[in-house]
Amino acid sequence: MEANAIQDSGLFRPVTPGGEVIKMSEKRAHALAVEPKFKCRDVRVFYGATEALHGIDMDIENTGVTALIGPSGCGKSTFLRVFNRMNDTIPNARVTGDILMDGENIYDKKIDPVLLRARVGMVFQKPNPFPKSIYDNVAYGPRIHGLATKKNDLNEIVETSLQKAGLWNEVKDRLKDPGTSLSGGQQQRLVIARAIAVSPEVILMDEPASALDPIATAKLEELIDELKEKFCIVIVTHSMAQAARVSQKTAFFHLGDLVEYDDTEVIFKNPKDQRTQDYITGRTG
Amino acid sequence: MSSSPTGISIHQSDRALKRLKVRKAKEARFRMCGIGAVVAAVTMLGWLLVSIVGTGYTAFYQHYLTIDVELTESVIDPTGARDPDELRKANFRKIIQEAIYDRFPTVTERREKSELFKIVSASGATNQARQMVYNDPTLVGKTLTITVPTSDDVDQLLKGYIDRDAPENRRKISNKQIVWVDALTETGEIKSKFNTTFFTATDSRDPELAGIAGAVVGSLMALFVAFAVSVPVGVGAAVYLEEFAPQNRFTDFVEININNLAAVPSIVFGLLGLAVFLNFFGMPRSAPLVGGLVLALMTLPTIIIATRSALRAVSPSIVDGALSLGASHTQAVFHHKVPLAAPGILTGSIIGIAQALGETAPLLMIGMVAFVTEIPSGLTEPASALPVQIFLWSDSAERAWAERTSAAIIVLLSVLICMNALAIFLRSRLERRW
Repeated sequence: MEANAIQDSGLFRPVTPGGEVIKMSEKRAHALAVEPKFKCRDVRVFYGATEALHGIDMDIENTGVTALIGPSGCGKSTFLRVFNRMNDTIPNARVTGDILMDGENIYDKKIDPVLLRARVGMVFQKPNPFPKSIYDNVAYGPRIHGLATKKNDLNEIVETSLQKAGLWNEVKDRLKDPGTSLSGGQQQRLVIARAIAVSPEVILMDEPASALDPIATAKLEELIDELKEKFCIVIVTHSMAQAARVSQKTAFFHLGDLVEYDDTEVIFKNPKDQRTQDYITGRTG
Repeated sequence: MSSSPTGISIHQSDRALKRLKVRKAKEARFRMCGIGAVVAAVTMLGWLLVSIVGTGYTAFYQHYLTIDVELTESVIDPTGARDPDELRKANFRKIIQEAIYDRFPTVTERREKSELFKIVSASGATNQARQMVYNDPTLVGKTLTITVPTSDDVDQLLKGYIDRDAPENRRKISNKQIVWVDALTETGEIKSKFNTTFFTATDSRDPELAGIAGAVVGSLMALFVAFAVSVPVGVGAAVYLEEFAPQNRFTDFVEININNLAAVPSIVFGLLGLAVFLNFFGMPRSAPLVGGLVLALMTLPTIIIATRSALRAVSPSIVDGALSLGASHTQAVFHHKVPLAAPGILTGSIIGIAQALGETAPLLMIGMVAFVTEIPSGLTEPASALPVQIFLWSDSAERAWAERTSAAIIVLLSVLICMNALAIFLRSRLERRW
């Protein structure tokens, strides 16, 4: 309740999955709310000798949904994977430049990518639930991070996470069933619940609806709309309609460059760059 | 090349139909080749099975003579002391001889008597009588009815492997012996029974007393050692190489060598075992421990290769999912990748071990080819192995060995089939979880 009140007042505050407000000074909370979540300066990503991103400068807002759009191979997914250092897992991939999260360089040597990924969750293009039960899927993250010491705490995290992902009512009677037995849309929401369960600050989504039918997509977009109240969301999408529907900020990428970045309304109604104009009207890409 | 204005497309012309016909004929030919290959393979396999089972199944029964034996005190215990150790050394051969001569009182001539005695398994019968008296010295002086194996020649005659119409000097059994055997068969004194000896006895010089128990126990012990060594080492090495090892010249070199090792002739592993385990470490010769270690070395590359390919087959999206939740690389590997690869790892391991079960060559090098007449009681006792036993028997001259060789092959094949069935069962069981 209190959390909602603060959000209504326009001030963002990090909240645990249980709805508990994380305690911090008003000043810091305010700073976090108005400061960008990520500040990127001259970010370049190399795969071997190939440069996939040519120096991106971009700030990601602390609240709301930021959409990354662009034709295939433009580097938007590569850029998304910069934020949780998933590019580290690709052999030969190299990232240069500064990426500051809450003012801290996440590529600094003293930053452990394992902890970073607990703060920055990710949802992939293809739903990838673990071949375990629905319960174990959601409980996996809290277990490895030791977030719940008692069985009841864990049950609660699982329940609230599934509720937030809008899946609880559909699966509450079959938590022991394998996660892979769900439909595509349910699996994707299960994966979101799994990400929420570790209380991240940011959720990255890499074309989360591209494998879903229109109804499941609509549900997912509704969910994103709810989640943006509590999480900073960055979404890569192929569908411009989706970007227009769910995001507040949109960035257009082309051939490894950030061409245009503005409020979603501006991008879609009044783009400044010809390439953006061509792409959103369907002339390229 | 668009269709003509008359409406006939290029896919409807006569030439197009002809092309289609050629294409279909090609496909039909290919299918025929495939069916032919399958038929050829099945025929050869069937032939193998029929010939082995055909020669081998007769070894599973054997002919026994039931005879009354008088345990004359003056022969086996002239002192009357009933000392078991003395009784053991007594002349039981004479006792058996007397019993058989009594059965055919008309036979008096020395040479004929010798032929008559050859109907029974001499050592089989004497050992049996000796054992009974040793266990129970009060039997001395009594008359005992015992059932003893006939000699292998008689057994082969009754199984129809010796041609009765062949000239007497061309067969291993004389006319008179045939008459005696027929008489005993008619009265039911010679009967065929299930050959338990084959499964309970160890190797012997006499085919009718030989069995595979020693070899089977030796094989099982060696397999146990091989499994216990090669699976943990192989899976561990594979997981490390696949997931944690840095990619550099050294690991490339290791990988190439592992792949090459899989193709190294098994006798080379035997030589390695001889040089390392026997000569350097001074382990006992002919021991299942050493045999198992050698087989483990031989199986390692198979297990490593199978494990790595099973790990590689796990969908990277699962690993990505774990990493994105903040699992460390090690956690992602051991929580998700290895369990998902387990069916493949298990199948590879069992197939590797099954292959090891059939290996003879490396065991020859470390002395498991010895003539062992006791069931090994420990990993360092001398032992033989089933394939080695087959190899030894196949080398022997008597007709009776041929059927025993085939019978041992049947046992070996059955064990292999059981192991492969277990592999398939475990794989489907583990995969069915989801």
